[in-house]
Amino acid sequence: MLAEKYTTEIQTILAKYPPEERRAAVMPLLYLVQRDQLYVDRHSMSEIAEILGISTTEVASVVGFYSLYYDQPGGKYRIQVCTDLPCALRGAEQFMEQLCQRLGIKPGETTSDGLFTVEPVMCLASCDKAPMFQVQSGGGLAYYEDQTVENALALIEQLRTEAASKGSAKRKDEYE
Amino acid sequence: MSKYPAGENNSYILLRQRAIPDLDNLDIYRQHGGFTVLEKAITSMKPDEVIEVVKGSGLRGRGGAGFPTGLKWSFIDKDNWPHYVVANADESEPGTFKDREIMEGNPYQFLEGIAICAYAIQSSAAYIYLRGEFWQISANLDRHIEALGVAGLLGDNLFGSDYSLHIYTHLGAGAYICGEETALLESMGGKLGQPRLRPPFPPSFGLFGKPTVVNNVETLTNVPPIVERGAEWYRTMGTEKSSGPKIFSLSGRVSRPGNYELPLGTTFRELIYEHGGGIPNGRSIKAIMAAGASSALIVANDEALDTPMDYESVPALGAQLGSASVIVIDDSISIPWLINKTTHFFKHESCGKCTPCREGTYWMMHLTDRIANANATQEDVALLHAVASQIRGKCLCALGEFSIEPVLSGIERFKADFDTAVSETNNN
Repeated sequence: MLAEKYTTEIQTILAKYPPEERRAAVMPLLYLVQRDQLYVDRHSMSEIAEILGISTTEVASVVGFYSLYYDQPGGKYRIQVCTDLPCALRGAEQFMEQLCQRLGIKPGETTSDGLFTVEPVMCLASCDKAPMFQVQSGGGLAYYEDQTVENALALIEQLRTEAASKGSAKRKDEYE
Repeated sequence: MSKYPAGENNSYILLRQRAIPDLDNLDIYRQHGGFTVLEKAITSMKPDEVIEVVKGSGLRGRGGAGFPTGLKWSFIDKDNWPHYVVANADESEPGTFKDREIMEGNPYQFLEGIAICAYAIQSSAAYIYLRGEFWQISANLDRHIEALGVAGLLGDNLFGSDYSLHIYTHLGAGAYICGEETALLESMGGKLGQPRLRPPFPPSFGLFGKPTVVNNVETLTNVPPIVERGAEWYRTMGTEKSSGPKIFSLSGRVSRPGNYELPLGTTFRELIYEHGGGIPNGRSIKAIMAAGASSALIVANDEALDTPMDYESVPALGAQLGSASVIVIDDSISIPWLINKTTHFFKHESCGKCTPCREGTYWMMHLTDRIANANATQEDVALLHAVASQIRGKCLCALGEFSIEPVLSGIERFKADFDTAVSETNNN
């Protein structure tokens, strides 16, 4: 149960908002769940709804509206390449195509080992350092800028090795 | 000697971390005068006096709208309490990456700006709404806020006064629309990030329905130097109606993309050629987008290049300065391809609340798909122009209104590119 597992974290989050506006805590609570299990399942949505005194449907609508929440499991690592106009002017589209080709997937697909999903995303405010992508993994999110396909593949290999050696254990720095 | 230099060459008022290493360390920031301005405001100025200084400085909102900041603060409803300050750190306009650099490199000046604003409107709680992708920046800000609490620079009874202030971070989750201030306030309230019908405006009905000042990160970062050195000093930089320094985010086809802190009124030519190093690969400049993806396309002729970038001169070119995210387009770029990119963006980011934007961006995207993929006729181009024209003036917020800017200006100012795209269809 969320409420028991994260008593302290939930209290810290709720304390940021006026008591009569506890609904404001829905986004941080969703991040709390997603950090733990990489996506938000229906049961967790109900638990959040209960904590905040709103309906599960309302929580689900927030999950559906915002693009950083997932209601389905994806790859352990989501490699999200910005292909918006400024990045595209610096070769981001070709970068993503070649990266996907080398990984044997199409944009939006996950590698056969279930570890990496590569997908295009909207502007990440790093327009002067394209090609660039962010790697999302649970609560952790890191930017990789001024990338080449070779850099990106090296990073992927490194993450793959880490995932193999640590099993499902999460990297410590994801939470720091 | 003031901690803020005169803003001439090689001196920074906003991006001071470029001149002072480790400015994101509180001790270093205080060694360079940090938080003396907040102390001066709280211990020796009335809240309204602070507002008057900011008003007198001519500071205008750096998030895009250019609304006079002091005036906004003075609109706060004093018959309805509590008041809130919300810093808009949702920075999501394609081509904009300045707030990120401020928050990473000079976070304490930003936080001091929030605190001065909060004191001026007598707010005891301020929130920083960051886009979800700024997860690491948010975690760093939490640490900085904690350090301020330990140092007695945030919290209860500041500097022995009866004024108290707490600052909190709040992460968004990937929605461009939340940069629109009323959508941001809805989102912070735990709802879908959809804009409100205005009026009422946030200074009377804002966060949790209470009077709220929403200001952009860069705007707030301008406040400590203004309160320290005064309105007169600030007005010595920039132009008469657009005073002060501005961070120009330069991207696209330039040799040295990046953030450049320059006085408002600097010309496009100086930014692109002198600072940005010009156009690479022997190409020449074709168009400029001054306000990110929300821009009308400016034909980059000599007249445009010699235009000062301020809130009056850019509109004279039939465009907007916005948040000054200058995207440079060279002559290898096809404008139908470009507007296909921007319409995909706006279609994806439309919140769906109002029909002209939800349906309009959908149809513009499909029409530009056809045109960019050499599968269109002149009638498609005319239809695209008609659809875009019908969106104008009918949307709840600026997202829909701005989505048509590249489309209409593209068709009207770069007709030859569309003729080429259509003739490629005929050759298919």
